[in-house]
Amino acid sequence: MILGYLGIGFAAGVVERAAGLSYAEVLLLSTVLYAGSAQFVVTSMLTLATPAPAIVFTVFLLNLRHLLLAAALAPALRGVPAWKNALLGLQLTDETFVVASGKSRLSAAWMAGLNISAWAAWAVANLAGAALPGNTRVLAFALPCMFAGLLVFQVRHLGRSRLALPVVCVAGLAALAIHPIGATALAATCGLLLQRWMYAPNSSR
Amino acid sequence: MDVRPEFLALVLGCALVTALPRVLPLVLLAKVQLPPWLADWLRYVPIAVLSALLTMELSSGGIPGVAGVTVALAVAAATRSLLGCVAAGVAVYWLLG
Repeated sequence: MILGYLGIGFAAGVVERAAGLSYAEVLLLSTVLYAGSAQFVVTSMLTLATPAPAIVFTVFLLNLRHLLLAAALAPALRGVPAWKNALLGLQLTDETFVVASGKSRLSAAWMAGLNISAWAAWAVANLAGAALPGNTRVLAFALPCMFAGLLVFQVRHLGRSRLALPVVCVAGLAALAIHPIGATALAATCGLLLQRWMYAPNSSR
Repeated sequence: MDVRPEFLALVLGCALVTALPRVLPLVLLAKVQLPPWLADWLRYVPIAVLSALLTMELSSGGIPGVAGVTVALAVAAATRSLLGCVAAGVAVYWLLG
């Protein structure tokens, strides 16, 4: 899992650099935003010349899912003061969540250690990727490949393949016609409605 | 080694909207429960965003792009290796393009 994490960071650095970001900007993105899939989304939308407010809103939608992760971790951190929890939450990622969620009780020091190691490793992996030499146009193609790979893993993680396929198709087709934000909202809503329809108990709904 | 001011503003904006959902549940200690429909809706957002952006990227990539992404999808499904999937997709794109 650590290798996979560093691999994503490396690929992020490659595509960010290929999209024309400077080393300082790659470092800023990886340390301040510090969110794997959101970094790919920002890079992609920058190269598609998307206005900044639309990029911020898309990142907001994408990272809203952290609500679920943070809410799941909250009981294990109940004894920790709120300001410490706020700092710990800032560095919450999918990967650190997986490591931490196996434990029923978490100390602030242990969580901070995990967070800071993951954060530093992420920045190093991003910079290493940015330093990879090669044809920029070819390296930039790592971005759609990354989307493809992340998509496969997210679909597997969702565990509802019958519902994932329609969501993917609706989002993909709608993005050709309307703004990707609208396509995302439309597709997620379709997924929710389909799920309610397919799994609704016959008696109550 | 420059940071463009508008890029800095963009990153700060993205970081702010990322921090809110990461921090709020921990500060409120899950006193608020998400309504189930919202939790379910949020679970579909990542695959929807990725699919939407994937087609946007592909609409400018031509035949090598479609071939590369098809290979990347197949490798990701078969191997569970993200790095392998990226390497295979880029290699196909490079050979055809």
